[in-house]
Amino acid sequence: MKSLFAIAFVFIFHSILSAQDFKTYEQSIPNTDIKFKMVAIKSGSFTMGSPYSETGRDEDEGPQKKVELSAFWIGAYEVTFAEWDAFFRNMEVPQTKAIAVDAVSRPTAQYIDLTWGMGRDGKNPTNSMSQSATIMYCKWLYTQTGVFYRLPTEAEWEHACRAGTTTAFPFGNDAAALKEYAYFKDNSGNKFHKVGQLKPNAWGLYDMLGNLSEWTLDQYDPKAYEKLADKAKNPITPPATRYPRVVKGGSYLTDANESRCANRVPAVSDWNKRDPQIPKSRWWLTDGMGVGFRLVRPVQQPTKEEIEKFFAQYLK
Amino acid sequence: MKTNETGRTSRREFVKQSSLLAGGLVAAPLISNAGYFNSVDDTIKIAVIGCGGRGTGAAMQALLSKQNVKLVAMADAFRDRLDSCYKALTSDNNEDGNVKDKVSVTEAAKFVGFDGYVKAIALADVIILTTPPGFRPIHFAEAIKQGKHVFMEKPVATDPAGIKKVLETAEIAKQKKLNVVVGLQRHYQNSYRELYKRAQDGMIGELTSGQVWWNNDGVWVNMRKAGQTEMEYQMRNWYYFNWLCGDHINEQHIHNIDVMNWFKGSYPVKAQGMGGRQVRTGKEFGEIYDHHYVEFEYADGSIMNSQCRHIKGTYAKVDEMLIGTKGVIKCGDANITHKGKVLYQYDKKQENDAYQTEHDELFAAIAKGEYKFADADNGARATMTAIMGRMATYSGEVIEWDKAINSGISIMPTKFAWDANPPSLPDANGFYPIAIPGVTKYFS
Repeated sequence: MKSLFAIAFVFIFHSILSAQDFKTYEQSIPNTDIKFKMVAIKSGSFTMGSPYSETGRDEDEGPQKKVELSAFWIGAYEVTFAEWDAFFRNMEVPQTKAIAVDAVSRPTAQYIDLTWGMGRDGKNPTNSMSQSATIMYCKWLYTQTGVFYRLPTEAEWEHACRAGTTTAFPFGNDAAALKEYAYFKDNSGNKFHKVGQLKPNAWGLYDMLGNLSEWTLDQYDPKAYEKLADKAKNPITPPATRYPRVVKGGSYLTDANESRCANRVPAVSDWNKRDPQIPKSRWWLTDGMGVGFRLVRPVQQPTKEEIEKFFAQYLK
Repeated sequence: MKTNETGRTSRREFVKQSSLLAGGLVAAPLISNAGYFNSVDDTIKIAVIGCGGRGTGAAMQALLSKQNVKLVAMADAFRDRLDSCYKALTSDNNEDGNVKDKVSVTEAAKFVGFDGYVKAIALADVIILTTPPGFRPIHFAEAIKQGKHVFMEKPVATDPAGIKKVLETAEIAKQKKLNVVVGLQRHYQNSYRELYKRAQDGMIGELTSGQVWWNNDGVWVNMRKAGQTEMEYQMRNWYYFNWLCGDHINEQHIHNIDVMNWFKGSYPVKAQGMGGRQVRTGKEFGEIYDHHYVEFEYADGSIMNSQCRHIKGTYAKVDEMLIGTKGVIKCGDANITHKGKVLYQYDKKQENDAYQTEHDELFAAIAKGEYKFADADNGARATMTAIMGRMATYSGEVIEWDKAINSGISIMPTKFAWDANPPSLPDANGFYPIAIPGVTKYFS
């Protein structure tokens, strides 16, 4: 009786705690006025990938698999220049050519303007960085806030993008409405735009389908879904080689088709083809102007050791 | 001259004829009489002079050019730079491709120090010149003297005396029908070529003015280390010393200045401007400015406004805008507009890697025995434009092209050795003399 009561008490207490803690919140970056919004996504399952019948589908989007995900928070917006520059312009962080494995370091200066004239307005989404650079941003943010932020996995990204829907786009199968939700080739004027200007999806996430494509944590494998067990929990294809890793979501440069929730883009070394130096920059992409990122925070913060292991794995 | 049935002289014949025929007219493309190969087989041998990040990149692009090429010699002032270049080129993990099998540089073909270039050049057919720009006139002259084709990075000099030398060498290269490509890679970039074609066809009318920018955070710094001689320190931290770099208006902004010259089809006759070093004032930043704003004037009175800045945290822009009577070219946007109407939009998905293209085209021409590229003359004049801009901002005076180019001004050391003194020396606190407008004078 006593033990049962204790269990019940713990259960209730835990529920109360979750209800209080697991909600949308704003994270401040210490020593700055900058805040960013993190949206709570409950644990659940969804069907990853696209059906054979979907228009514009690529082979690598299937076979569809049911996937289970733990709860997480995800950024309501793509990471902006205001947030990025709190790191990139932070003179206290050493600037290194190599990616520092054991410490936090900061990207080298850009030899050219990698916004390509689109500008570094604080509300513009930050672009043209390598996946390593985004992970270093997360590592820096961890040292500033004590909170573990990372990129979404491919599965988390797609789940958040679909927001409970199963159609090609979260608003249906017809791309005609895309312009209300996303800056893509037809309405971008060949430029990215300030974040959050268009309609969000049902879970309050802006610019998932456009503006910038977004880095995920996964190594790209065209057969990844084939290899997935049904009802896989928190699936991820771990990093193996620098290229290709998975990018999700369309950008101001891409066609409507690329904005489909299931679309997968392998990031290739061509995205840095115009870097005239060797070794090429580990931080910047000379031809990846259409890529940016958005943060995820797992509901259960990993241990310090796990976090260190994570950063070491992605920054080596 | 005998040609084979494809209309080209065979490679063997080039070699034979080279000793018989003197220089001829320049026409491109044209079948060359020059000695295209020293090799007994068809391999095109390459030497890289200047093994830094860009030298390594250029060597890589040459080796990726799909011709039968081999890197056979390397030269650098520093052994560690040469070694890191060699290591990168023979690595199995290059993002761009594995070129290990195309690198055949024996220990005897690795040359370290100021003088190694002469011997390295002798071992190859095509020479990649990628040292800091101050050395370019010397290295270019030697390569052409030895009858070699050249890829050289921009800028091609840092002072008017160097420009003279490059222009003279360019003439000899033409006479010898040696291909010369200069790394002003916008000339090899699809979008610029398409825009240029349309400008030539009259889409923008008459080109009356241009705005060009290279504003950004700046570049790397190599701090002084204990035990370095002044010469070694300046060579390691070369960006901040004029004899080596020519200031950032020369080293980077030349790209944008060159675009206006190219589309205009001429070079400015004079320049006036302003500049200084307001933020980047530490001794590690040597003697160069952190900003320049120059008004270049062409013979017909049209103006190019040029601005370049290396100041952290400021508005960044690297671009060119060319204004004509019937349309405006925005190079970054790759379009031509007139009063809000888009006359032409280049599809950026068709953009190439111009750094690779410049090597692909150069080595294809050499492999076919064609004489196609004579970039040195424009390279020298583009460099001279930037130098004239620097002279204008440093002095605050109007600098005339003819006067400047014929001035014979040299800022190079008289002796190249680790214990020799470079032309600009620090004071007791380690600070270098800085040009002061109104005080600094080039012509009395």
